[in-house]
Amino acid sequence: MAKVWVVLQQRENKLHRMSWEAIAAGQALAAELGGTAEAVVLGSAVETLANEVAGRAALAAVHLAEHPALESYTPGAYVGALADLLREASPDWVVFPHTYQTVDFMPRLAQELGAGLLPEVIGFASGADGLVWKRPVLGGKLHARVRVKGDGAVLLSVQSGAFSADSMVAGTSAVKRSTVGAIAADREILGTEDVGGDTVDLTKADIIVAVGRGIGGADKMGPVNDLAAALGAEIGASRPVIDNGWLPRDRQIGSSGQTVAPKLYIAAGISGAIQHLVGMKGSTIVVAINKDAGAPIFGVASYGIVGDLHEVLPALTAAVRAAKSN
Amino acid sequence: MKIAVCIKQVPDTEARLRVAKDARWVDEEDLPFVINESDEYALEEALRLAEKSGGEVVVFSLGPDRVREALRKTLALGASRSVLLRDDAFAGGDALANGKALAVAIGREPFDLVLTGSQSDDLGYGATGSVIAGVLGWPHAWLVMGLTIDEGGASARVVREMESGKNEIFRVQLPAVIQVQAGINHPRYASLKGIMAAKKKEIAEVTAADLGLSETGAAASRLEVLSVGAPESGKATQILEGDAVTAATKLVELLQREARVM
Ligand SMILES: Cc1cc2nc3c(=O)[nH]c(=O)nc-3n(C[C@H](O)[C@H](O)[C@H](O)COP(=O)(O)OP(=O)(O)OC[C@H]3O[C@@H](n4cnc5c(N)ncnc54)[C@H](O)[C@@H]3O)c2cc1C
Ligand SMILES: Nc1ncnc2c1ncn2[C@@H]1O[C@H](COP(=O)(O)O)[C@@H](O)[C@H]1O
Repeated sequence: MAKVWVVLQQRENKLHRMSWEAIAAGQALAAELGGTAEAVVLGSAVETLANEVAGRAALAAVHLAEHPALESYTPGAYVGALADLLREASPDWVVFPHTYQTVDFMPRLAQELGAGLLPEVIGFASGADGLVWKRPVLGGKLHARVRVKGDGAVLLSVQSGAFSADSMVAGTSAVKRSTVGAIAADREILGTEDVGGDTVDLTKADIIVAVGRGIGGADKMGPVNDLAAALGAEIGASRPVIDNGWLPRDRQIGSSGQTVAPKLYIAAGISGAIQHLVGMKGSTIVVAINKDAGAPIFGVASYGIVGDLHEVLPALTAAVRAAKSN
Repeated sequence: MKIAVCIKQVPDTEARLRVAKDARWVDEEDLPFVINESDEYALEEALRLAEKSGGEVVVFSLGPDRVREALRKTLALGASRSVLLRDDAFAGGDALANGKALAVAIGREPFDLVLTGSQSDDLGYGATGSVIAGVLGWPHAWLVMGLTIDEGGASARVVREMESGKNEIFRVQLPAVIQVQAGINHPRYASLKGIMAAKKKEIAEVTAADLGLSETGAAASRLEVLSVGAPESGKATQILEGDAVTAATKLVELLQREARVM
């Protein structure tokens, strides 16, 4: 019988929302394989979180691993604590939310355990090839079907939105306290800082015109400004536009930037990598303008124009102005 | 400071991709390749650190012959020399296998720091740098947006990206593996002088046997890519046909009438 563990993420005593998605994924995997799913919460004083999970999710158990060295996240302490727990429990699959914290330490934990490592899955299916995992490759332009071979546990992380928290099976379970042995932090925590300050709050905008690398340079922003002015929209951007210094950091949309859900989101010259999509896929209407008909951004768009944005944006501005003057 | 930088050569993100006949990967014929985006930032960070401390930058890459072109570019940008892990036995490796091979190659020289990118734009494991650190027994940090070597060189101050527009700041002991995130700096362009000088710089080749690795690549990997294909679209996207003006006019009409968002 397959044994599935789910490692939950918390920060400052709050569960990361993707922890619930990871539970849903772990439950689905256990159901598929005819096994059981258990979860583990780590921290320094996180009993209330363990109780919360135990009161909401159908799991075989919720393990609680507390230690002063787990107060702030460091890979050294997390890998130390989890390696002991997982060695003892020896699950076949360990499911993590694919977050910036998890990906930081998961490879080291896999090495420590001699386990396999399967980052960023977006689904699985059983068929003629056995259990096959799906994960995005090449910026999400293609999906790879991946099989795990060999023996021993596998650590995997599930990408945001791949397993809906709503699909989590509700239920209750018991909290089990684990003993954590000698562990040590390998980072001296100095603090946090805001990235370039959220001087522009894009979350309040009804309409956003967002540009990607396809715009081609800071000197090419004119038509974008014109369209935004015509629509009364805010301007947003994908990461490379910011990294290249074409727009300031507070315009970045995506997993490292702002998460927006406007009524209208126009994405021009943006390919639609998952890290961008997680920041805007809640938008009511998405319009994609891209010269590549195969760009993944079309997969989340209601309307699409396949073409050169340098032609489409001015045409769109003219059409908006004409419509508004009528 | 002696700094190792890992760079991967990946398909240009602008390139039109065709799935190969056997569907196992993309067709590489006529496919343009570039240096992985975050690796360019890692190289720039290494060059700046070396310039400040009077050190040396050595570039490592695992891949086929075409990678020489990418290594030549790093040499033109200012790296002193490079090492290509080139062996059919390396093919098909996952992050654990490739990270191990790179770490063994790097471990043959005494480095103060290893810089990698955060994520490869093709396989996107986000893991290879951490694996290298694990093999070497060093600390690591993923998604690094700021790096300052402390006075004396025994430790470094690291700024790491978190979700939701915040960074965390901490100190790690050196040697360490730092996985640089795109945007940490502004990479330089190669100068003509650099391009000329690169012609005389070394691209050393090592094989699995040179590294004493009897099992590597696909043979040492737990993951096997069965096939790649276009993602199935969840949404019925209405593509507006015609020239730019026709499509734009139609779009505005739909946004007003159907979607009512204008
Ligand atoms: C940990 C991590 C965090 C990240 N966080 C973020 C984030 O917060 N936000 C974010 O956006 N990204 C983020 N990324 C980067 C992300 O993975 C992608 O690399 C990025 O979103 C790609 O940006 P892009 O679509 O603008 O560029 P590309 O992928 O290069 O796409 C450019 C697009 O423009 C099109 N194009 C080119 N010229 C034209 C033209 N003339 N007319 C029309 N179309 C044209 C091309 O066909 C292509 O589809 C993150 C990555 C990592 C690893
Ligand atoms: N084949 C390779 N050769 C050299 N460096 C690599 C290779 N694969 C991955 N890397 C490095 O590891 C980083 C993360 O890659 P990945 O784990 O594939 O997302 C990359 O940005 C590179 O710096």
